[in-house]
Amino acid sequence: MTHALDVAGLCVSLGGREVLHEVSFALEPGAFCGLIGANGSGKTTLLRSILGFTAPSAGRVALAGVAGYVPQKLQLDPDMPVRAGDFVELGLNGHRFGFPFPSRARRAKVEAMLAAVGAEAFAGQRIGELSGGQQQRVLIAHALIRQPKLLLLDEPLANLDLRASAEIIALLKRVAAQGVTVLLSAHDMNPLLSAMDRIVYLAKGRAASGRTQEVVRTEVLSALYGYHIDVIRVHDRIIVVAGEGGAHGGKHVAAIP
Amino acid sequence: MTLLQPGFLSSLPVQNALLIGAGAALLSGAAGVFTVLRGQSFAGHTLADVSSAGGALAYLLGISPLAGFFGLAVLGALGVEAAGERRAAGRDLAAGIVLGAGMGITALLLYLDVTLKGHGGAAVAVMFGALFAAPPGLGRAVALGALAGLAGLGLIYRPLLLATLDGELARADGVNTKLLGGAYLLLLALAVTLCAMAVGAILSTALLIGPAAAALRLARGPVAAMALAGLLGLGCAWGGIWLAYQSYGWTPGHVWPVSFFITALVLAVYAAAALARRG
Amino acid sequence: MFAPYLRDAWIVATLIALAAGCAGYFVVLRGAGFAAHALPMAAFPGAALAGLLGIAQVYGLAAFALAGVAGLTWLKRAQRPDAAAALVLVALLGLGALFLSLSGGYANAVYALLFGQILGVGPADLPPALAIGLGVPALLLACFRPLSYSAIAPDIAAARGLSGAGLDVLFLGLLAVTAAIALPLAGALLVFTLMVGPAAAARQLTPAPLPALGLSMALALLIVWAALALAWLTSLPSGFFVGAGSALVYAAARLWRRVKG
Repeated sequence: MTHALDVAGLCVSLGGREVLHEVSFALEPGAFCGLIGANGSGKTTLLRSILGFTAPSAGRVALAGVAGYVPQKLQLDPDMPVRAGDFVELGLNGHRFGFPFPSRARRAKVEAMLAAVGAEAFAGQRIGELSGGQQQRVLIAHALIRQPKLLLLDEPLANLDLRASAEIIALLKRVAAQGVTVLLSAHDMNPLLSAMDRIVYLAKGRAASGRTQEVVRTEVLSALYGYHIDVIRVHDRIIVVAGEGGAHGGKHVAAIP
Repeated sequence: MTLLQPGFLSSLPVQNALLIGAGAALLSGAAGVFTVLRGQSFAGHTLADVSSAGGALAYLLGISPLAGFFGLAVLGALGVEAAGERRAAGRDLAAGIVLGAGMGITALLLYLDVTLKGHGGAAVAVMFGALFAAPPGLGRAVALGALAGLAGLGLIYRPLLLATLDGELARADGVNTKLLGGAYLLLLALAVTLCAMAVGAILSTALLIGPAAAALRLARGPVAAMALAGLLGLGCAWGGIWLAYQSYGWTPGHVWPVSFFITALVLAVYAAAALARRG
Repeated sequence: MFAPYLRDAWIVATLIALAAGCAGYFVVLRGAGFAAHALPMAAFPGAALAGLLGIAQVYGLAAFALAGVAGLTWLKRAQRPDAAAALVLVALLGLGALFLSLSGGYANAVYALLFGQILGVGPADLPPALAIGLGVPALLLACFRPLSYSAIAPDIAAARGLSGAGLDVLFLGLLAVTAAIALPLAGALLVFTLMVGPAAAARQLTPAPLPALGLSMALALLIVWAALALAWLTSLPSGFFVGAGSALVYAAARLWRRVKG
């Protein structure tokens, strides 16, 4: 099976400092993968190098097709006269010069995409007025309208409350079920544990990756974080917590080299 | 302009001009350091533009231009203060549009100056300054204003510095930042007014920002920066007056505008300071 | 008011409104208010120099406005960009004062260039006004999507092959020539209001991009025509009516939006 994304031996330096060191992992079509790591561990840099925004100093990134990108948030003036639907349409043709004649076929495509992400209700509102969860849906629609093989999201859950966060995860799960590979970064893995089947864990510029059930185990996570981590099962759900209690009594565990 | 032919320092208009230039440079240098540090270059520029309506009004009413400029600059400061309280979206746009309407009123008042009062040179005097044609008593008034402004700045210096570094911290230390901000804007309005007396309303930003920005690149402490900014401004103002005096005869029948020399010197000083820092 | 000798003024004013209303939409969308304020001021010495050299004013204005674009692009990398840009602008205004003083007729020229004097427009002004008044909106419309995209989501637009810096220079260049042609009507100090007022009002009235652009151009036309008619009727300066008209239109739009919702 060909990979949707293949990262091999990727090294990236920013301002003379090596931010990523020999990162390697590959994702199959339809995989739902969480990119987990503390703030400053290089998650955004990894996403930006996959997108080609940042040139690597070594290694390579291979994509099976178009990559869609969802930034964390748009910094927008709430009065800006651009509706949610207009922004999704820009995903189709925003890079093209030429008179912006309206087209019924394009409009229909945009409306179908807005419906698919559950954004019809606020499609006519100014994009700067939308709430965090609403804006996230519109950003996802904007990325998906080019029918990418890979969807990259930078901390999509960072500004959301519990409910909006669960809804966005459910939406992304549907997207992955249709064969689009989803790679999203997050500093907290708990909301994603029920959804993701793959984890890429970043610490100090190095990556470890594997299937979720292989990685989310007390001994593996404790080694990755360099601190005792408990994996707790409650009513068929898994929760990851750090610190006191458990077999290791909260003592520090050696980090991976 | 034959007045300028005899000895430089013995000429009354030159003495008057030197006094106005000195007052404007010393106060605006000191106040300008805070303007640059607080990132309020644009607020200073706005006050200057708004004050031009006061200058035009003064000609129309026949009152002292100092009073006209200062009155409108204070009104402008109140407007800036009110706008600063609101964090509404598009605040800058609204401020720009109100400023534009103010400039429209300046246009109207200057037009009336010319048609009703016959002040043909009002537009030039208000916008670009007419230092050698300043009324005889203006020099002393500007000097007194500068002294008052410097004394006021000295009174609020320490809390102002703290509030400039961190407004929250100053409030936690018991500083009434709202009152302080208002007092500072009043001083800024005074500094802008004095600069407008020297180089005209739309050029006054040069004396306010230029020496201060240059001094901040060179000096280590805030007091040293304020003193250096005052001295640099003084050098630019007096140098500009001297050059303008010399320019008689460069082109037939003309004295080149003082304001041109002052703004050009200020830009040169700023560029030199930027280069000195880099080199 | 529609006498033959005023025909050119009406035509030029209409073309100015089309270009300024269209450029203004992008000024507000891209947050380029400072550039819209600065470029007309940078153009000011150009008019004065043109008078000194005896060439048509609009060429001097356009040359200095385009030099202003180069300066703004370069100064963006400076340490305190706002202070540096303000100083360069003021120095340019001072240079303009020098040129005007050297060319004689100081007082009247200062007034006309700072605050506008449309009634002095003649047939020689028609060709550049036609080129800019029709060319600028056409070019801006052709770049409508990329200019919007890079304003809303600069990162994504860059990933799709749009150069943010390149679009910026293109847009500022169009803004500069618009400022050059609009300066005789509204004056260096008031061109800004003609660009920003109608566009800021339009976006209060509609959330849709193309209607907002059209509305901005229509409001600019309204302001300019009213200013011209009132200037002729009252013999007061046209710049006053442009500044007041822009503020009125903006205030009315804010009020309308508040009342409506």
